[in-house]
Amino acid sequence: MTVTEDPATAEVAPEREVGKARRRKEDARLITGRTTWTDNMVLPGMLHMSVVRSPVAHGKITNVDVSAAQQAPGVVAVLTGRDLAEEQGSIPCAWPVTADMVNPGHPSIAVDEVNHVGEAVAVIVARSRSAAADAIELVDVDYDLLPPVLDMEEAVKHEADLCHDHIDSNTSYHFVFDAGEAGTGGDTEQAFADADVVVSRRFVNQRLIPAFMEPRSVVVQPQGDNFTMWSATQIPHVLRVMLAMVTGIPEHKLRVVAPDVGGGFGGKLQVNPEEVIALLVARRLGKPVKWTETRSESLMAAHHGRDQIQYVDIASTREGDVQGLRVRILADMGAYLRLITPGVPALGAFMFPGIYKFPAYRFECDGVFTNKVPTDAYRGAGRPEATFAVERIMDELAVELGMDPLEVRRRNWIQSQEFPFTTVAGLEYDSGDYDTATQQALDLLGYPELREEQRRRRESNDPVQLGIGFSTFTEMCGLAPSRVLGSLSYGAGGWESASIRMLPTGKVEVVTGSTPHGQGHETAWSQLVADQLGVPFEDIEVLHGDTAVAPKGMDTYGSRSLVVGGTAVVKAADKVVAKARKVAAHLLEANEDDLDFSGGKFTVRGTPGTALSIQEIALAVFAAHDYPEDVEPSIDADATFDPVNFSFPHGTHVCAMEVDTETGFVKIRKYACVDDVGTIVNPLIVEGQVHGGLAQGIAQALYEEAVYDADGNLTTGSFVDYLVPSAADLPHFDTGNTVHVAPGNPIGAKGVGEAGCIASTPAVVNAALDAVRHLGVQDIRMPLTPERVWRAIHQGGDGGDRATAGSNAYGGAQTETTAGVSTPQSSLGGDR
Amino acid sequence: MIPAAFEYARPTSVDEALQAVAEGGEDVKIMAGGQSLIPVMRLRLAAPSTVVDLGRVAEMRGVRDDGDALVIGAMTTHAEVITDPLVAQHAKLIAEATETVADRQTRRRGTFGGALAHADPAGDLPAVALALDAEMVVAGPNGRRTVPASEFFVDYLTTTLDEGEILVEIRVPKLAGDWGVRYEKFNRVAQAWSIVAVAAAVRRENGHIAEARIGLTNMGPTPLRASATEAALNGAAASPDAVAAAARSAAEGTSPSSDLNAQADYREHLAQVLTRRAVTAAAGL
Ligand SMILES: Cc1cc2nc3c(=O)[nH]c(=O)nc-3n(C[C@H](O)[C@H](O)[C@H](O)COP(=O)(O)OP(=O)(O)OC[C@H]3O[C@@H](n4cnc5c(N)ncnc54)[C@H](O)[C@@H]3O)c2cc1C
Repeated sequence: MTVTEDPATAEVAPEREVGKARRRKEDARLITGRTTWTDNMVLPGMLHMSVVRSPVAHGKITNVDVSAAQQAPGVVAVLTGRDLAEEQGSIPCAWPVTADMVNPGHPSIAVDEVNHVGEAVAVIVARSRSAAADAIELVDVDYDLLPPVLDMEEAVKHEADLCHDHIDSNTSYHFVFDAGEAGTGGDTEQAFADADVVVSRRFVNQRLIPAFMEPRSVVVQPQGDNFTMWSATQIPHVLRVMLAMVTGIPEHKLRVVAPDVGGGFGGKLQVNPEEVIALLVARRLGKPVKWTETRSESLMAAHHGRDQIQYVDIASTREGDVQGLRVRILADMGAYLRLITPGVPALGAFMFPGIYKFPAYRFECDGVFTNKVPTDAYRGAGRPEATFAVERIMDELAVELGMDPLEVRRRNWIQSQEFPFTTVAGLEYDSGDYDTATQQALDLLGYPELREEQRRRRESNDPVQLGIGFSTFTEMCGLAPSRVLGSLSYGAGGWESASIRMLPTGKVEVVTGSTPHGQGHETAWSQLVADQLGVPFEDIEVLHGDTAVAPKGMDTYGSRSLVVGGTAVVKAADKVVAKARKVAAHLLEANEDDLDFSGGKFTVRGTPGTALSIQEIALAVFAAHDYPEDVEPSIDADATFDPVNFSFPHGTHVCAMEVDTETGFVKIRKYACVDDVGTIVNPLIVEGQVHGGLAQGIAQALYEEAVYDADGNLTTGSFVDYLVPSAADLPHFDTGNTVHVAPGNPIGAKGVGEAGCIASTPAVVNAALDAVRHLGVQDIRMPLTPERVWRAIHQGGDGGDRATAGSNAYGGAQTETTAGVSTPQSSLGGDR
Repeated sequence: MIPAAFEYARPTSVDEALQAVAEGGEDVKIMAGGQSLIPVMRLRLAAPSTVVDLGRVAEMRGVRDDGDALVIGAMTTHAEVITDPLVAQHAKLIAEATETVADRQTRRRGTFGGALAHADPAGDLPAVALALDAEMVVAGPNGRRTVPASEFFVDYLTTTLDEGEILVEIRVPKLAGDWGVRYEKFNRVAQAWSIVAVAAAVRRENGHIAEARIGLTNMGPTPLRASATEAALNGAAASPDAVAAAARSAAEGTSPSSDLNAQADYREHLAQVLTRRAVTAAAGL
């Protein structure tokens, strides 16, 4: 600390909040559950809704008999799709990725036909939750079965069975990005024709379930012609606009509140059928209504993620200089288009080139309908799929060329002095240094020792082999520049809004439009504002999630909150200081230009001892007895920030994997990653996001898959079979950071919400393959179940299809039964 | 996830329990720890009209020494089994297998008897009971009977327990001599059921394997003994090669199912590898 000349007036420079590893101030209430989870909400006279769901994947509804359910004790009403057909509209799709995209329409509750297991066919409204649950099995629905469309490669064939008989194919759209045509690269066909080496692979990016911790829940309260909806949603603002459009309830008569929300991972970035139904039911009955899903409902009826078949070709010189990338994708939409279903793969289109300087690139994607629950955003949304493809194909190229996989990457990646760099996909990468991140990650891993051990195990023919896999990734974050979204035909902007209210006692309310669902906005925003205004961290409260409190917002997804929402907060704080400066100048009888603002105080340069804190100014404008003539008596401020570009976090992830060749069991031996997420506002939150992301990305590689049987039943219908790993299954993570400040926002942050999830999956798969390539294995399909790994080693191929029957724990709990309808056959489920 | 409505009885003795079961009608269900029963009720795969909760039947809880055998009360929880000194001394295989069951919370409630009566082929304890030649003491309206483990398990989720009968306690013969044991469980994540598991108890004598008992989990609708391997090991040299050779017949006579964790042929392969590993460890090789 420097010694100042005048000890009497010396002030210690306030410690900066940004960069402090503060514990999250919201955690105590979130972890104990003593908070406003939607399902905790109880309103006077509240009714409970349950949903009767289709046990069949595809069929015409020939009859719905609700008479028995109507007579059941406690039941107030039973409504079918027919009853709500006139008012329910269609679940909106905000992203028509092509002009001729086919949208079959998405009723919230099925009227004439069902298109996936778990689709709503009737709702029961009862006085208690248990009465509503009891009446489900009393509703009798008859179906004329239609053949289910389940396999994308079959579905796009000529004369395939149709998912929707009123449209003439299973293809919703054909989206193309061609760098040659866009002027961002050369001719892709020519590049491939001229190349020394072409490597082609088919990758399967399997269907996943977001599996957020808090199930979806919604409460609707009618009040005259007004409605308030509480929902466990990521997007209260978007939801309000969309509900108004879908139901015709005027936007100003609708208030949406996302109270504390327990996770989403994109799974709550949706306008859910059940939200629409709850609103219609509350309007019809004039009573408050609550719906909370069971875990089984969540797994089978909330949207899924990923699900792409990727055909990837890479062209290269013999020396390993990449010449072109060609990607064709079948993307499973599921049965309907939800909010951004078609946009997810299109967003990914721009990330397939990764960090490499491909001179040519062409991307084509078919959005395909199947009789499964719709897909939509899931942590990373398009970018994990793209990163997986490029990081896997770079390894395949290295193998083909007989080169070290890191060497091939190094030869082709963008050098630190080349930033900002415009890629072949037309994106301008902002900043970074891939070499340094990679070197640090190798150091964290202890790379040479592990390579040595790998050699020893190979030579001794150890039944447990070791492999090392890389993923040197980047992603586009900070969604999103509104004009770019417009150019991609997205239905909204990507700005974010914030306001700061200075209370008379000097306390501060920060209103953010970026609604958190567990990320720690309250803590991080408080740190930002504490620095900006020089007020204590504890004096700041962050308000969010209620459209009546935070009227404008675009909510939380796409690692956007800090980058876009945090920037709006900083800009609002700057305006508060600017307004306060005028008042301070007036009260201190000084010229504005002679004022310094530091540590929350205005001082007059050259006049020691005079100081006025911004918190005192807040009181002064509240009293409003003495303030300048030409300003209003308020130092509150609003700001809206619309980014000009995305931000591009990057990093190097390295996984060391043990493979038991006798059983196929894979075990991560060590995992190291160095991420560059720009400025770090709170290292603890960043670490937490990285850990959680790694867990999910590793889970895609090793554990999770939504499996449907030949009839279209989801056989991973409970957490017994949909395997979400716990801490016990994951290794210690060695994490580090490099910091290259993002030039696109004043905080310098790039976004960290999805990094771990995007980067880790290919590193893990590459590591497992590296362990067994010498045994002739070229690919293993995700998730790398022990069985698949064992088959790939001992029988060749990629491990093949899994049997689709669920395991027998719990007597075989399957969707067929958890849909509320059980048959003697279904008690064992699947194809057992 | 709300079960259908049911009547509830909470007896405090075996006699009261038998009476409650008798009075409970056709759809009566006995509840021990509820860790298997409550989930299937919540999923509405089971909807009993009456649930008879054995939680207050003190005489069914605890472990006692009965000369040549240990007697484990059916209501002894997994957590109690793991920490019981008598089990540690005379039936270590049970403790070792029980430690792999589920998670701490489930082990605090789930019971030894409940796990056996439930007879889930993926459950870990039936194969152990079978390997140790345990006997089930069953109380019914007409008094008590004792059923050897080899006859107790009949089919998928089915035992010889008749309507109106309660599993009261389990007699586990003490292992006499120089026995080593090992429970080798194979699953994908830490808290999951066994895809396949092998329970092995091996007695060594003069550098040879004098006797081996091997129970297989999830290799068919009921737990099974790897009889061919047992026979091959009797009197075999205590060497890795001999064990490996014997383990190759571990899947003989099994009929495993195919599900998304494993198809039948892979389960058969696992049974061999795991048997080799379990016997090798139990034999101290
Ligand atoms: C998350 C989770 C993970 C699990 N993982 C495993 C695992 O890895 N391995 C494993 O082996 N098990 C596992 N289990 C099951 C657990 O071991 C159960 O405790 C056990 O299977 C049943 O014991 P219980 O005391 O809970 O029986 P309950 O659920 O109360 O009863 C089960 C069945 O047995 C009958 N029954 C119970 N007691 C008697 C009796 N005395 N007489 C007659 N009938 C009776 C009941 O009527 C019922 O049909 C898991 C359970 C859960 C919830």
